[in-house]
Amino acid sequence: MAKESKKYRSKGFSADRKQKNALTGFFTAISIIYLLPIAIVIMNSFKANGAVSTKTFAWPTADTFVGWANYIKGMTFGNYPFMKSVFFSFVITVLSVALILLCTSMAAWYISRVGSKLSNLVYYLCVFSMVVPFQMVMYTLSRTADRLKLNTPWTIPIVYLGFGAGLAVFMFAGFIRSIPLEIEEAAAIDGCGPLGTFFKVVLPMLKPTLISVGVLEIMWVWNDYLLPYLVLDTNTYMTIPIHIQYLQGSYGHTDMGATMALITLSIIPVIVFYLSCQKYIIKGVAAGAVKG
Amino acid sequence: MQKTTKRKRDHSTLNSTLIRRPIRRHFWIFLLPTFSAFCIGFLYPFLQGIYLSFCNFKTIKKAVFVGFDNYAKALSDSTFLHAFWFTALFTVVTMLLINVLAFLVALALTRGIKGSNVFRTVFFMPNLIGGIVLGYIWSMIFDGILSRYGTSILLDTKLGFWGLVILLLWQQIGYMMIIYISGLQAIPEEYMEAAKIDGATKWQTLWKITIPNMMPSFTICTFLTLTNGFKLYDQNLALTAGRPFVLQSDGSTLKTTEMLALNIVNAFNASGGKNRGVGQAKAVMFFILVAVISIIQLRATRNKEVQQ
Repeated sequence: MAKESKKYRSKGFSADRKQKNALTGFFTAISIIYLLPIAIVIMNSFKANGAVSTKTFAWPTADTFVGWANYIKGMTFGNYPFMKSVFFSFVITVLSVALILLCTSMAAWYISRVGSKLSNLVYYLCVFSMVVPFQMVMYTLSRTADRLKLNTPWTIPIVYLGFGAGLAVFMFAGFIRSIPLEIEEAAAIDGCGPLGTFFKVVLPMLKPTLISVGVLEIMWVWNDYLLPYLVLDTNTYMTIPIHIQYLQGSYGHTDMGATMALITLSIIPVIVFYLSCQKYIIKGVAAGAVKG
Repeated sequence: MQKTTKRKRDHSTLNSTLIRRPIRRHFWIFLLPTFSAFCIGFLYPFLQGIYLSFCNFKTIKKAVFVGFDNYAKALSDSTFLHAFWFTALFTVVTMLLINVLAFLVALALTRGIKGSNVFRTVFFMPNLIGGIVLGYIWSMIFDGILSRYGTSILLDTKLGFWGLVILLLWQQIGYMMIIYISGLQAIPEEYMEAAKIDGATKWQTLWKITIPNMMPSFTICTFLTLTNGFKLYDQNLALTAGRPFVLQSDGSTLKTTEMLALNIVNAFNASGGKNRGVGQAKAVMFFILVAVISIIQLRATRNKEVQQ
């Protein structure tokens, strides 16, 4: 009996391990396939324009290899310096996310702790705004932003704060409700005013939610196309998605080699950001989803 | 029970003198910035948008009230109806495929196989790339494959449909996988042990323990994939922009792979912007559709959740 059960167990164990190894092999293959599109883009960014569409999957040969030429050309391609778009994308993302984190965490604290009719109304309006698609407010929002001069990279963060407040307020409020009041009471008894209590006591406790909301908002603002396209004056200000759509979407001839170089350049910061903050990004996504 | 209510009451009085009143006095610094931006960026445009959907307008200043005219025109617009059915089919297909695949991947990657973390990293990565860039990456790849067969994604509606499906799968499986993994990890270990002791097979454990306990994750993921599918815009614009176009018998052009969001954006700019009222009416119906789906979907799945 004892022998039999031992035999059975060891057999089960090895079958399990075989299965696991098979799964590792399977997922390794899938992962390589998953990464191929990005690898092909990078490979094609070193090929001559004509070769991109005719020999998409071939390794560059002496005839088709052009070195950094596509990158040099891409910088000024389409009469708008690409680096300017990169700069504006950075400015808009950093300012918008900073503004959203600061203002909505303060608003969420007010809403959760005051609980008046007005603050509850604001809260429900915020939740409501999460189900409204952008096309619904697209035209009127771009007109309003124009009139209030919110159409530059330096002022568009206010538009992002307004349209993106819903999810942020919702997530912050959910977390603040789980913080025991005693801590804030202790601060108040020690003579801390609301501003002191918020910045010295509440904000440090919000750190995990700040990271989650920050990650979700960065992913949204950095990649957003339609909102900046409609709000910004695109003759003067472009962002990376607007720039790429402008090069590819406008009819006439496009330079595929240069476009691949620009796509490579726009993916690299994203991948660096992802690999260096992977832990927070994955946690942020999981947290945002559970509450959303 | 009574004790807790009493404690709660004590709390609320203490709360109101120590915390509530002082914060209230700081309304202008805590709530006002977000609230005014919210009015500019959402509330005012939203209300004005509803009003304008009943108007004929090219610019807001010259809006003329026309009642339900725009809605009637939008509903008799064959391109809008085509976009609706195309989007609905697309959303159902992607919702099913993404959720089934993401759940299977999550199950496999929580079994302690070697390299799980690397696989997770790889599968999630496409999510960080924006829709426009994704669209052009895949348009190059599809062109490279299809040109060998003498066709293109821009020439065949079916190819366009499946191209969009493949693109969205590549982008979103990783995201849903992350949510399923965190759901799987939240199931208490004791449940699995209890099932094992009771002699449940793996199959039984999956159906009777794992899946019922995963209902909150299923709710979130079906909700996200449904609304993402309906709201898809960037990828649609970059990959096909509605092509191939078909000339209809009434002289209008049908963009066969145009989805709802793209149809609405195009409606605002069509014929020099003289049909903006119709575009806005379409947008209002689109909003109602997305809102109703979200509510029904959340209710339906919430009922199936296990009480924990």
